[in-house]
Amino acid sequence: MDLYTEGNPVADTRAPDGPIEGRWDSRRFNAKLVNPANRRKLTVIVVGTGLAGGSAAATLAEQGYRVRSYCYQDSPRRAHSIAAQGGINAAKNYRNDGDSVHRLFYDTVKGGDFRSRESNVHRLAEVSVNIIDQCVAQGVPFAREYGGLLDTRSFGGAQVQRTFYARGQTGQQLLLGAYQALERQVGLGNVEMNTRHEMLELIVVDGRARGIVVRDLVTGEITTEFADAVVLASGGYGNVFYLSTNAKGCNVTATWRAHRQGAYFANPCYTQIHPTCIPVSGDHQSKLTLMSESLRNDGRVWVPKAEGDDRDPREIPEDERDYYLERIYPSFGNLVPRDIASRAAKNVCDEGRGVGPTRLGVYLDFADAIQRLGRKSIEAKYGNLFEMYERITGEDPYEVPMRIYPAVHYTMGGLWVDYDLQATIPGLFVIGEANFSDHGANRLGASALMQGLADGYFVLPNTIANYLAAGPFETVEPSHPAAVEARRTVEDRIHRLLSVDGDRTVDSFHRELGQVMWEHCGMERSAAGLRKAVDEIRALREEFWQRVRIVGDADGLNQSLEKAGRVADFFELAELMCIDALHREESCGGHFRAEHQSPDGEAQRDDERFAYVAAWEYGTEQPVLHKEDLKFEYVHPTQRSYK
Amino acid sequence: MNLTLRIWRQTGPEDKGRMVTYPVEDISPDMSFLEMLDVLNERLTLAGEEPVAFDHDCREGICGMCGMMINGNAHGPQRGTTACQLHMRQFTDGETIDIEPWRARAFPVVKDLVVNRTAFDQIIAGGGFVTAPTGSAPEAHAAPVAKADADAAFESAACIGCGACVAACPNGSGMLFTAAKVTQLSLLPQGQPERYTRVIGMVDSHDDAGFGGCTNAGECTVVCPKGIPLHTIGRLNRDYLAATVKHTGRS
Repeated sequence: MDLYTEGNPVADTRAPDGPIEGRWDSRRFNAKLVNPANRRKLTVIVVGTGLAGGSAAATLAEQGYRVRSYCYQDSPRRAHSIAAQGGINAAKNYRNDGDSVHRLFYDTVKGGDFRSRESNVHRLAEVSVNIIDQCVAQGVPFAREYGGLLDTRSFGGAQVQRTFYARGQTGQQLLLGAYQALERQVGLGNVEMNTRHEMLELIVVDGRARGIVVRDLVTGEITTEFADAVVLASGGYGNVFYLSTNAKGCNVTATWRAHRQGAYFANPCYTQIHPTCIPVSGDHQSKLTLMSESLRNDGRVWVPKAEGDDRDPREIPEDERDYYLERIYPSFGNLVPRDIASRAAKNVCDEGRGVGPTRLGVYLDFADAIQRLGRKSIEAKYGNLFEMYERITGEDPYEVPMRIYPAVHYTMGGLWVDYDLQATIPGLFVIGEANFSDHGANRLGASALMQGLADGYFVLPNTIANYLAAGPFETVEPSHPAAVEARRTVEDRIHRLLSVDGDRTVDSFHRELGQVMWEHCGMERSAAGLRKAVDEIRALREEFWQRVRIVGDADGLNQSLEKAGRVADFFELAELMCIDALHREESCGGHFRAEHQSPDGEAQRDDERFAYVAAWEYGTEQPVLHKEDLKFEYVHPTQRSYK
Repeated sequence: MNLTLRIWRQTGPEDKGRMVTYPVEDISPDMSFLEMLDVLNERLTLAGEEPVAFDHDCREGICGMCGMMINGNAHGPQRGTTACQLHMRQFTDGETIDIEPWRARAFPVVKDLVVNRTAFDQIIAGGGFVTAPTGSAPEAHAAPVAKADADAAFESAACIGCGACVAACPNGSGMLFTAAKVTQLSLLPQGQPERYTRVIGMVDSHDDAGFGGCTNAGECTVVCPKGIPLHTIGRLNRDYLAATVKHTGRS
């Protein structure tokens, strides 16, 4: 293809061989350790304070390392993990319904449409049980049964009830647990917390990640900060679509700047479109709000059988409704995985059977559940979600079915990491949604919280020691040429952004970029559309640098300037996403290519040609593709069937 | 809808600040309050004026980052609702809306509607946790929790740390915030070993951070977007008393 070149294959050299059940034990045993007295001499920078970053910073500090933590929000408790609603998976098998570490492993590999690494996923399933223990010990108020034991519920892509939850606020409660552990370490003087600071560049010295350039968002001051290792826990890049369920501030800048410094970016085209979000209501829309997947435990998804049926949904008789998920996928019904539910919603809307003013919506109906279980019981399970829905739409979901539509929610792609969660730059570790490692081409519900905490509490604190054992590394001064250079890059860019002084706002560019991405790199992609998108993105980026207008200066709080820097990086990422989507001539998970579908419209993988991780190296002219072959020794790739 | 906004503008901590009037037109009732401010900011930018700085992030009522006084009410007129979840259908065409930052000694203004709430983090660092270093946890089912206690703990744990309680309090007290965390952890078996040191530590940090004392005015619970009940403060007071009398010998 004319848009990229191909380089040497890349290998995950850290994953041990041998039976999969023993690999994590074996890696931990063979890893080098750091003596507790020496940990005090080692500094680790952690960027981001969500489930992954918060738990990692707290745990590293507990172990005795000196930790410096950074977040752009005014408090570490605000990181977007807080908005996760539904739950966290763990193979506890408290229900005695046939769950096990192996089944969670199997479901996750299958759910990811056979595009993730078996070794990583197995480790994730193994530590899932420790996460629940850890969180309960911190005082996380999980939902409980009357007997006092933990309650669980079902999530998409699984036939067991392994999802632990705290009403519709599971992410909040887990994050507050990690945040409190982190604040305890702040109070003890083991963590230096830097809020309202944004990482704008990675500093690489002699081939190792040794620091970051940050901007104090309040004073505008730009400084260089150094450490023995840098951990990025800066989340996903769903905001490249402008409209997504992400928080407004979520951005790709930390990982993208690291990518530009040499870290490979893996599978950028794997984007999760969540099936149950509140539909767009107008041009003013600034974000989309998720309605938890857990609602599909009791809500039934349907559209009218007839096109253009405008009746009040309550007046449409049963035999004129199409409960299409139950019809097409009888064994999983409303709980099919997210990619499948989203595409099915798109299909019925494309057929003209969508509902609501824009016809881009389907019903999620609780009438049966309310009749069966009573309103009280539904209130107890989903009360906060129903209230949120009513506030946003002005409609009461206890009376009228919810209207929902898919929206961008999560990004499975991210910086490439090995089994130790180390990027291609030594000393740079990437955890949580910011890396690419565990979800393949589609993430199962309630697995993001599991992965974030697995990485932060249990995986990284073990694997990073193996790297730090070679430290402390030689002190780097701000006058080091690499630091001076990185700092100058940041200053020049800010200066350039401010000096354009054009006639369009940052948001107007971001919206337009989002429309291009949603149209051509969203739920369905095609070669022609993706090529068109690459051209449009390039033109728009050019225009951005000629016409963007930012009022104010760089010497204090300037929210437009912050946004502009993030959008500038989204432009570059967007192009790579389209190139990745174009090169992957198959459909898998959240990546659906119109040209590659089975006769009944399901995703058609091509394992012969594409059973690999696409790890992209930054190139000033063109990106360079490095392939990491995926081997499946335990879960045999088949066409996923949820029928 | 056409509205008149009167917004607090303050360039920085040293600036005295002032109310500035801005008309806004063609506002849809389906917009959120912050989307209405986005419209204003787009217009200001194109006119070469600095947009209004305000904190926000998730825009779904859970991160606690947004917060402003709207017509004198923390988070505006709708109960149980953060500013980001407040929608313009709550207002009427032609209305004048006053928008100001949280005003409290412990929350100094950074710029316009943005304040510094680091003092809340200090309260948590003062004891708002269970000491359970990673790896030390017993099996999750080792300590069952009665459902009523778990539910009550959850009710307090729902606090989003937005600071509306402080902004609404005539004394600028952060006691509802502090009590919510004390209550959550003191209802759970995991929170018992540190129950009394926690309450002392958190109240000390609260006072050190410049918050005022609680006089049970009750304004806090009215504006709390998560409905944290006032009786959590009663629970804090009981624990505090028990802690000072029985456990630390302090009076």
